[in-house]
Amino acid sequence: MSNIKVENLCCTYGIKTPFERHAVSDVSFEINKGDFVGLIGHTGSGKSTLVQMLNGLIKPTSGKVYIDGIDIWEKPKEIRKFRFKVGLVFQYPEYQLFEETVYKDIAFGPSNMGLSEEEIKERVLRAAKFVGLDYKLLNKSPFDLSGGEKRRAAIAGVIAMDPDVLILDEPTAGLDPVGRNVLLSQISQYQKAKNNTIILVSHSMEDVARVTKKVMVMNKGKLAMFGDTKSVFSKSEELSSMGLRVPQITKVIKALRDKGVNLPDDILTVDRAVAEITELLKKEGKL
Amino acid sequence: MRDIAFGQFYPAKSLLHRLDPRAKILLLIVFIVLVFCTANYYSLLLVILGVFSVVLFSKVPLRLYFNSLKMIIVIVLITSFLNLFYGTGEPVISWGFIKITLEGINNAIFVSVRILSLILISSALTFTTSPTDLTDALERLMKPLTVFKVKVHEIAMMMTIALRFVPLLLEETDKIMSAQKARGADMESGNLIQRIKALVPVLIPLFVSAFRRAYELAVAMECRCYQGGEGRTRMKSLHLHTRDYLSILVVIILIVGVVLCNVLLPQAVR
Repeated sequence: MSNIKVENLCCTYGIKTPFERHAVSDVSFEINKGDFVGLIGHTGSGKSTLVQMLNGLIKPTSGKVYIDGIDIWEKPKEIRKFRFKVGLVFQYPEYQLFEETVYKDIAFGPSNMGLSEEEIKERVLRAAKFVGLDYKLLNKSPFDLSGGEKRRAAIAGVIAMDPDVLILDEPTAGLDPVGRNVLLSQISQYQKAKNNTIILVSHSMEDVARVTKKVMVMNKGKLAMFGDTKSVFSKSEELSSMGLRVPQITKVIKALRDKGVNLPDDILTVDRAVAEITELLKKEGKL
Repeated sequence: MRDIAFGQFYPAKSLLHRLDPRAKILLLIVFIVLVFCTANYYSLLLVILGVFSVVLFSKVPLRLYFNSLKMIIVIVLITSFLNLFYGTGEPVISWGFIKITLEGINNAIFVSVRILSLILISSALTFTTSPTDLTDALERLMKPLTVFKVKVHEIAMMMTIALRFVPLLLEETDKIMSAQKARGADMESGNLIQRIKALVPVLIPLFVSAFRRAYELAVAMECRCYQGGEGRTRMKSLHLHTRDYLSILVVIILIVGVVLCNVLLPQAVR
């Protein structure tokens, strides 16, 4: 059974005013358990609205959202249950920290679930470990942390709820390159360890190419493409017509291929490109 | 959260929109005084006519005026209801110790019409004047106070910034609330104390971000060498046009009309 299933989802803002706008229109898709999906799209393409509908923060104007086969709006009173199942990390999540200590802040989600003290403690420590947060920081005030540490603490706050589905909206925005790489590999490792579903919303094609298996492309509120990461990034013309692009390295490889260099056409990461090129050079006896 | 009608500016092309904001503010003050100077139904009617013509001339949808009245209607009802019973003279209706006199009825009508006119006419000002124009005009009007070492420009600048921050902070509140709800915060149920407690996770990040924004804005202003009002010139300087003089004339005629009605025609029983 699919983990997330969405049918004809629509969301319209400002109905019956001059500012009426279709943020998401007629979107349908299915995501299986354990999928690592990238969600890309131009600014204002409806990505944020879409992910907020998946955990019931925004009620769709029409259409249905099923989590594990259950329509989440069937009993509107129990919508909180699905917020624990589908964890959403907002953009710049460090601005939501509020508790006196990092520990208490990470514990906010689990304690809202009504868990026991021991269970909460175990979850907080596990979540901190997953995001690579030093245990020494747990007793500090979240406002004394550095930018990157704050980001980790905020992500840990959602991971501590142990959601079946984890949605991250631009988790690496504003981080330095090293911080970006570390955070991305931690998310990857987390996914491998838990085998749960992850949706990564990002503007960085490199990030998406590096970690995801599948990619969804949103354009003007509609789902424009949904498929394997490789097949989506092979359609560079279509992507650029939507204000998107393929990863830089894919472009470079394509230019090399156009010049007659014998390289495969599905290279999306720099690491893979290095490996392929060294192999090619070795084969031709130039290395 | 976003649909709070906060005397919002409604852009349109009407005579009222084009009037000089200074003239509009002064005329509003005159009008408010005038509303309280009405002594009988004839002058009250004249004022109502004035209010309605302003509302119609503003070309702002009547729905918006209704919305601004909606918030105040309870106060109007309560005050006019209380006024009903506070009158001296012959009771018109008496029921036990409750007496309603003609004076009471008159008072109730006057009070409610006055409050409603006040709201309508001041909404007309905020609907037709952009916040920047408004503070700009206030700065000009308060200029004479510089003699008393009042920092007029700084006050006006603070007002502009405060107005600018209202929609920003609303948006921010929205975002933080969503983020905390995503972590299972329950803001819709529980008793009063639980609900107030549930606001802590929203208020703390909101204050933190308000201070951060204020600090960033201050730095940005200093980077552009902002140093207050001294020696500052403006891009748009305000000038009075024929339409401004005409509207002042209309209001003067209204004042004369109200005074004549008050003096020449019989007083309402009070």
